[in-house]
Amino acid sequence: MTVPAQALVQGGKVRPAPRRFLGLLGLAPFGLFALLFLLVPLSFLVIGSFQSETGAATLKNYSDLSQQFIIDAYSNSIEISVVTAIAGGLAGFLLAYALVFGRLSRWLGAAIVTFCGVASNFAGVPLALAFIFTIGHNGVVTNWLAQLFGFDLYGGSFSLYTKVGLEIVYFYFQLPLMLLIMAPALEGLKPDWREAAENLGASPSQYWRTVALPVLAPTILGTMILLFANSFGAQATAYQLTAGQINLVTLVISAQMRGNVLHNVGLGYALSMGMVAIMAVALLLYLLLQRRSERWLK
Amino acid sequence: MKKRPSAGAILIVTLAAIYFLVPLFATLLFSLKARPAFQAYVNVLKDPGFTGSLLYSLVIAILTIAASMAIVVPTAYWVRLRYPRLRPVVEFITLLPFVIPPVVLVFGLIRAYSSPPLLLTSTSVGSDALLIGAYVVLALPYTYRAADVGMRAIDIATLTEAAQSMGAGSVRIIWQVILPNLRTALISGAFLTLAIVMGEYTIASFLVRPAFGPYLSLLGQNRAYEPAAVTLISFAITWLAMGVIGLVGRGSRTRIQITGTR
Repeated sequence: MTVPAQALVQGGKVRPAPRRFLGLLGLAPFGLFALLFLLVPLSFLVIGSFQSETGAATLKNYSDLSQQFIIDAYSNSIEISVVTAIAGGLAGFLLAYALVFGRLSRWLGAAIVTFCGVASNFAGVPLALAFIFTIGHNGVVTNWLAQLFGFDLYGGSFSLYTKVGLEIVYFYFQLPLMLLIMAPALEGLKPDWREAAENLGASPSQYWRTVALPVLAPTILGTMILLFANSFGAQATAYQLTAGQINLVTLVISAQMRGNVLHNVGLGYALSMGMVAIMAVALLLYLLLQRRSERWLK
Repeated sequence: MKKRPSAGAILIVTLAAIYFLVPLFATLLFSLKARPAFQAYVNVLKDPGFTGSLLYSLVIAILTIAASMAIVVPTAYWVRLRYPRLRPVVEFITLLPFVIPPVVLVFGLIRAYSSPPLLLTSTSVGSDALLIGAYVVLALPYTYRAADVGMRAIDIATLTEAAQSMGAGSVRIIWQVILPNLRTALISGAFLTLAIVMGEYTIASFLVRPAFGPYLSLLGQNRAYEPAAVTLISFAITWLAMGVIGLVGRGSRTRIQITGTR
């Protein structure tokens, strides 16, 4: 009886026992939902990943992951995620810095934050299409460059439909996500710290190197891990952009499900478990860093 | 010190503006290339596939929001008030969707529910139910956080005691006392869910649902200018959803506007 509400009198009688039962009943919808839509599908993946097609126990699905094209898929996915997390993270940090310390007008600041909210959610099919219309083979900017400067965007090695192209597109939702998390963190830096550092004779760069950045470091790193996960799990953008032609883990899983390439359900299970494992490590690191960052910020 | 923007900030904002606005502007120009003017938009609005998929996704979004609220609000309430010891368990479950990318989630759902005794994928009602369930999962980390943060801001224990002393039952307390006080948080959660559902492709596509995302994807493969028009419409929908969140969340700490992977 730690919670006072439980001991409350209702209808003239104290009713602790049915209240407790009713309380658990209140959690039943959530429990049932989690069971049906999270735990059941997840356990199908876990169990299936250790089963052969006839249902016998096996580790073959996991040893199949050592095939070259699957190793390539994982390394492509990880590479794109790392590159866009670092690039989007740095650029997002710079924009957040400009927003918080750049003495921009309130109007512009509010517009940037709102736009970033939109852009971080404007991912998937429409985003891929927007870039195809811009710098695709027949894109508006591609044609301008050709007509105005005689520059053939596709004359060299550049192509929107490759890893580099995908990174340019992912940047569109990575940067805003970084800004949305970093801007409040930068605002959380106490002016007292800067004043104290200045009183002790620190230059602005010394203040940043020895005070501000160490305080912000867990947030910066943690958010970059979030960006990594954000890009690692993405499927729709890449699928629309490359028609499934680029070798990424999410697209290999899609191919196993659609059954048009090498239909192998067991491999799909093992691939999924690999993704879940990588995402779990990322989430764990993020939570650890978040706990650290709360020591000083907020 | 004069309040003039710093040169570095202007440079950074300008570069960002070019990168972010050029694709939107190019998409607009592309959509206007169709002759006569605005023909792409006329074609889209006349296309029953467009209105049908938009309507379908809207209905799914509303059902997802209703289901999310029904699941998340009582749970956050009960955990906060009566079962604080269960908090780590519930929070762990609400974080699970981060670990399971949409493509993996839909894979698991299809494998689990495409054979007896749990055959759901063979009927369209069953598939719709799976779709809504999957979307509630996608939105779960954000909707739960919205409800939880909203409840932290109001004193639910006192509100509950006050309502109970006046003879209100549990359902009535949540419906008439807690919910109205969570308005900001829940509206944010609802419109964020709307943005997620309207733009989602992966899950709808694998469940073969006639949703907006798969419609746009197919259109993008088959037509020239119409997809540009629909892309802008899709951007406008996202903007609208985020605009409402910004409007109701002004000056509030419960403003939530970040979602996950696509």
